Amino acid sequence: MITGTPKPIEEILEMLEPYDNIIVAGCFGCVTVCRVGGDKEVQVLSSTLRLAREAAGRKIEIKEVCLERQCDPEYLEPMRPYIEDYQAVLSIACGAGIQFMAEKFTKSPLLPGINTGFLGVTERQGEWTERCQGCGDCVLHLTGGICPVTRCAKSIFHGPCGGSVQGTCEVDKDVKCGWQLIIDRLVTLDQMDNYGKLKPYKGWDSSRDGGPRRIIREDMV
Amino acid sequence: MKAGSNLERVLEAGHFAVTAECGPPRGADPDVVLQKADLVKGNVDACNVTDNQTSVVRMSSVAGCMLVKESGTEPLLQMVVRDRNRIALQSDLLGASALGVRNLLCLSGDHQKFGDDPQAKNVFDIDSIQLIHLVKTMRDEGVFPSGDKLEGSPKFYIGCAINPFADPFEIRVPRFKLKIDAGADFVQTQCIYNMDKFKRFMDEARKEGLHEKTKILAGVTPLKSAGMAKFMNRMVAGIEIPEEFIKRIADEPKEKQAAKGIEMCIEQIQEIKEMEGIAGVHVMAIEWEEKLNEIIGGAGLLPRPMVEQ
Repeated sequence: MITGTPKPIEEILEMLEPYDNIIVAGCFGCVTVCRVGGDKEVQVLSSTLRLAREAAGRKIEIKEVCLERQCDPEYLEPMRPYIEDYQAVLSIACGAGIQFMAEKFTKSPLLPGINTGFLGVTERQGEWTERCQGCGDCVLHLTGGICPVTRCAKSIFHGPCGGSVQGTCEVDKDVKCGWQLIIDRLVTLDQMDNYGKLKPYKGWDSSRDGGPRRIIREDMV
Repeated sequence: MKAGSNLERVLEAGHFAVTAECGPPRGADPDVVLQKADLVKGNVDACNVTDNQTSVVRMSSVAGCMLVKESGTEPLLQMVVRDRNRIALQSDLLGASALGVRNLLCLSGDHQKFGDDPQAKNVFDIDSIQLIHLVKTMRDEGVFPSGDKLEGSPKFYIGCAINPFADPFEIRVPRFKLKIDAGADFVQTQCIYNMDKFKRFMDEARKEGLHEKTKILAGVTPLKSAGMAKFMNRMVAGIEIPEEFIKRIADEPKEKQAAKGIEMCIEQIQEIKEMEGIAGVHVMAIEWEEKLNEIIGGAGLLPRPMVEQ
């Protein structure tokens, strides 16, 4: 899923400075699962903002909504009839959702209420870690199901580097060395042959370096 | 000869080679490099010039190499893949070769987190092993990795670093082998203190015949004090200084610890010299270049041989 973290309330209040009636929009997609932008977070954030603005002597009117997904046009459409009744929308969906809403409703200022994080997994309640950078050319079959691009701080293809210490990465003692994980898995799977081969230079053109990406599925268009 | 550098000639002639290193300054003052180069001169076959080591910004290693060369010592260019994509790497390699640099060390580079710009974007477009392959392709095939023909191939004696002590230990020899497969002519090791572990590593490397496929230069760093030993042990990833090693220095009074460190470094070089498959020594006297002559001379490695082109 796409993860995120709430922006500090002070930062949000500063963004809201020019406005007195807004929509706070959540999303039932990824951000609900990682508990940063769902229905419940919409309610909590809205209450916090109302209280803070009241304490500052400038009340704010807030409409609370939570869309099925902010990244699909059909779920955005129901907002069209009323969106311009409000001065701005504070979205707590991921960056994709916020931008898509901005594109669809060009007259409404869109404000981000969260910082979008990464494509990750839930380790345990309250802890998420990164797994994928969406580089567009998956090699997990060669690396024991562990991604060198994402799990290695240097994204190297022939690791580990000299900074691997007892299974941890030199960058952070709480981060596991991706290449130690890869090697452990390859040993378990009896696939160490994969390790000994020189890998071609990665084509980063399928990643973000090639510019904003697009997928067209002819069978679906 | 692959590149015809002095280092290559010395090694190919079967001499025990000696290299050292100069870290460029945190500024544009050429005299800092020239002063260090003066201390290195005559003591080594080639001198590494480091490339923004520990991600701390310094004068560029290509510029540092030119200053070392001007002062009469053969430079060995260190190049990391942290800061340059493949376009910049190729371009800098062509430039360095055009300026007469003939030795190259291909490195990953420490993560930018450790430097003074931890918020910098890192590159790692290709890794250090792929850099070896890239340079070899350009040198031996006369083409860019893209396949286009070069107007003049870069001439580099290609080196890489190996750390016999980094985890996981069992991968160190296979990874070393990958570097040789990619095209490394020589390697310089991380500084060695744990001689027993290094011997085990060399046993494994010899079993694979790696010492016959590449020239291995063993890395040593003289310790200035017990404090430095403890600091390095604790803070530098992949450096292991055995307790008894530290104790030998710590047992000396403070004012005699530096001399003890030099004595122990000389002992180590002498022991390394006798090991099968070791072709030379890389003396990293960090900010202590003035002791190079004493160490290298003390180990019986002076004067350096002159090998005709």
